[in-house]
Amino acid sequence: MRNDWEAVIGLEVHAQLSTESKIFCGCSTRFGDEPNANTCPVCLGLPGALPVLNRRAVELAARAALALGLRINRRSIFARKNYFYPDLPKGYQISQYDQPFSEHGELEIMTAVRDAEGHAREWRPKKIRITRLHLEEDAGKNMHEGLPDTDRYSYVDLNRAGTPLIEIVTEPDFRSSWEAYDYVNHVRQTLRWIGASDADMEKGNLRCEANVSVRRKGEERFGTKVELKNLNSVRFMQRAIEYEIERQIGVLESGGSVVQETRLWDDRAGETRPMRSKEEAHDYRYFPEPDLPPLVVTDEFIARVRAEMPELPSARRQRFMDQYGLAFNDAAQLTTDRALADYFERAAQAANNARAAANWVRTELLRELEASKTEVESCPITPENLGALIRLIDQGRISGKQGKEVFAEMFATGKSAEEIVRQRGLEQVSDVAEIERLVEQAIAANPKQVEQYRAGKEGLLGFFVGQVMKASQGRANPKIVNELLRAKLNG
Amino acid sequence: MSYLDCDLEELRQKIVSREVSAREIVARALDAAEKLNETLNAFLAIDRRGAEARAAELDQSLGKLPATGPLFGIPIAIKDNICVRGLQTSCGSRILGDYHPPYDATAIERLRAAGAVIIGKTNCDEFAMGSSNENSAYGPVRNPWDIERVPGGSSGGSAAAVAARIVPIALGSDTGGSVRQPAALCGIIGLKPTYGRISRYGLVAFGSSLDQIGIFGLRARDVAKVLSVIAGRDPHDATTADVAVPDYAAQLVPDAKGVRLGVPRALFGEGLDPEVRRAVEGAIEAYRDLGAEIVEVELPHAKYSIACYYIIATAEASSNLARYDGVRYGFRAEEADELIEMYRRTRDQGFGAEVKRRIMLGTFVLSSGYYEAYYRKAQQVRTLIREDFHRAFARCDAIITPTSPTPAFLLGEKTDDPLKMYLSDVYTCIVNLAGIPGISVPCGLSSSGLPIGMQLVSRHWDESTLLRLAHAYELAHPLTARPPVAANW
Repeated sequence: MRNDWEAVIGLEVHAQLSTESKIFCGCSTRFGDEPNANTCPVCLGLPGALPVLNRRAVELAARAALALGLRINRRSIFARKNYFYPDLPKGYQISQYDQPFSEHGELEIMTAVRDAEGHAREWRPKKIRITRLHLEEDAGKNMHEGLPDTDRYSYVDLNRAGTPLIEIVTEPDFRSSWEAYDYVNHVRQTLRWIGASDADMEKGNLRCEANVSVRRKGEERFGTKVELKNLNSVRFMQRAIEYEIERQIGVLESGGSVVQETRLWDDRAGETRPMRSKEEAHDYRYFPEPDLPPLVVTDEFIARVRAEMPELPSARRQRFMDQYGLAFNDAAQLTTDRALADYFERAAQAANNARAAANWVRTELLRELEASKTEVESCPITPENLGALIRLIDQGRISGKQGKEVFAEMFATGKSAEEIVRQRGLEQVSDVAEIERLVEQAIAANPKQVEQYRAGKEGLLGFFVGQVMKASQGRANPKIVNELLRAKLNG
Repeated sequence: MSYLDCDLEELRQKIVSREVSAREIVARALDAAEKLNETLNAFLAIDRRGAEARAAELDQSLGKLPATGPLFGIPIAIKDNICVRGLQTSCGSRILGDYHPPYDATAIERLRAAGAVIIGKTNCDEFAMGSSNENSAYGPVRNPWDIERVPGGSSGGSAAAVAARIVPIALGSDTGGSVRQPAALCGIIGLKPTYGRISRYGLVAFGSSLDQIGIFGLRARDVAKVLSVIAGRDPHDATTADVAVPDYAAQLVPDAKGVRLGVPRALFGEGLDPEVRRAVEGAIEAYRDLGAEIVEVELPHAKYSIACYYIIATAEASSNLARYDGVRYGFRAEEADELIEMYRRTRDQGFGAEVKRRIMLGTFVLSSGYYEAYYRKAQQVRTLIREDFHRAFARCDAIITPTSPTPAFLLGEKTDDPLKMYLSDVYTCIVNLAGIPGISVPCGLSSSGLPIGMQLVSRHWDESTLLRLAHAYELAHPLTARPPVAANW
């Protein structure tokens, strides 16, 4: 961004809540079933059907609101957002409008300036104000391909219609595309962490839209904002915002003015394009949904949700730094995912060596998981087994190099480290009496070299070590071998 | 002697004791429906096959099941905006046509479980919008008392079916008077319970915050019986309340002792037909004789109720009727070749003039820039109206007014003047705005032999007082005259 300009960005994130059933009926929220398999009179919008609120959706929304620092309103109102579209079976979406579920959030995120390759430089905290988090239902999906006669017909799949969503709206508090990027990642990580949402952008259960404007530095007033859509990944969003900032600055510097509009990101072309004006400019005619009474939550309910909340990722990251002496980046990496953080902590306890556990998890384990496309939850090595492996190394029973081989086999077979070491006969011989016997044999068998060594040719120590290691088939603990040889030869 | 001279419990006893079979009773109702429909156009669908099969099933179950339902073998007619699995639900509209819902409304489920036999779906104003039944896409219903006159609306078919003694009971729906006004014009009882008393699940929505299923009957006891069957909390309708449902019929007493009856004199003025006024004044005196204490009450915001009602009801309707877009069910205009065109043509050809008028009104009052002045203001007035009733009910237990300002008017008399038509609801729509229960009870005939109805309203959940007052009155002053078009089975 050119130096005398400042970007002003606000974000809207939609996340699908991880409920078994839809927000206003009992239909399954399963992804990928036959079109219209998971539908009923309510989510089909049949005449006479009525919505009934799913309590589980409220619990998950409450968790999300608390985890993102919002205040939950004791009474909120559902509202109808009216517009016509074939994927919207009732002709309105049940959402919330002027009395949303929660408001007035303040969230501290960690954000970093990036270099040209997108690598983070220095991380620093930033507070983001969250305007609101509310509950709403998702629409269905229009299908234009892959079915008979799609040259003449479109189809509608309403499996997704009525899936519970939360919409999270921020104040225009971001000043760069990377801040927006770090925020969305924070939200995504948090929602997954607390079990409120799978927050998987590829599956469409996390979607975001950005409002972008620019102004001269020092200017108080906001510039004209442009709404960006079709941001199908966090990285796309970052790139789209970056493009849009530069585009707007270009327009303004060449004397033009920014048009208030909705633009779609085209990642292949690497640019934003205006949406056809016919598709926007809705008057949604919001009004209170008469079919649903006000949503009233009690203090007891909020207290219970708070009590059930796990330690949040930022708190856990800080604790990993304080308690285990990990660096920020390492602690951050280990807290990207709750299952990973749990894994690390269990391994650290089993190993009684947190730093070693952190290194193993961050390097070997994540690499193997990535290579085999395995989730931490189904990792073939239990954290206790990884801890045991680390202990074997720390106790000197196997070498670090052997440890990596054992690790690979553990990952491939699920066997414990002990079992593999035993089966492969890898364990170092650390028994002093045993090694002493081998050392004495080596000295007795090579009188000439003993003489030369004692005459000052100390380089021959390596020769004796080699002899002993050979006799032990490589299993003798080299440290003990060295010590004993030195003592015997010098003695 | 006609079976319809028995109340529902007596009729049920005759069936259960095998004095007469359910098949016989149901066949008589079906015969009457088919025969009189040529004249009255009260039914849009008559389900002879289904009703006969069900009646036979009930007859066969006798003695095998330990208990029989409270409506065992009773034939009933259902307004065509309430979903009955296996039958059409057109709402009197072309846009739904012969749409067959795949599920039963909760009220229907409960009726079936109680042993009632549904004989058909009754004609109504399109999407329950109207006060004369002239807005049906399938032609108007005729009033059994004078077939040149309207039966009232929007539940005109159900009212006519009961008045013509085709069925002893019928269900309608009441958003602004659509049960009580036709009941008055047809000389029968029509109850609109408290909002939230009967599940709306399966009732096709018009004004969701106002709609309530209502019951037509020949006598208060029958209405009480049906109410006990279908009322109560429904997990499918979040606006139903968990309030105990009494055995209303068992509570009936033949007097009004200890009841304080409020009279809002200010509503007995302009626009009220003098004969209707005289009849209702007579009813007030009758209640005094039955032991009621008569007190004057005021409803200062009543004069805003029509305006308030037509903003809220149309706003909700504009949203509720958005789903009729030709995409998933019902009528679709075929000649369109792109989406917006398909929407336009479908809705233009599918909806009638009154429905379009209300969709436009409702869309307007919710539009950005007008919302505050219309919809928000109407909501505030609605609150004031509720408070009016709250204050009035500190002084009385029930309030009496006319149900309709006039007896049945002629077909075509008001069709060119929607505002005049809307004024038919002046006494009734205020009750829906307040969410309280109301009942229309016949209280005499006009000089030209047309029925006149009085309306009684009471506190939230206090249907008992209404049924008691209706019962006491009809025992003391029974309407003995019969409409010229009527079955007599």
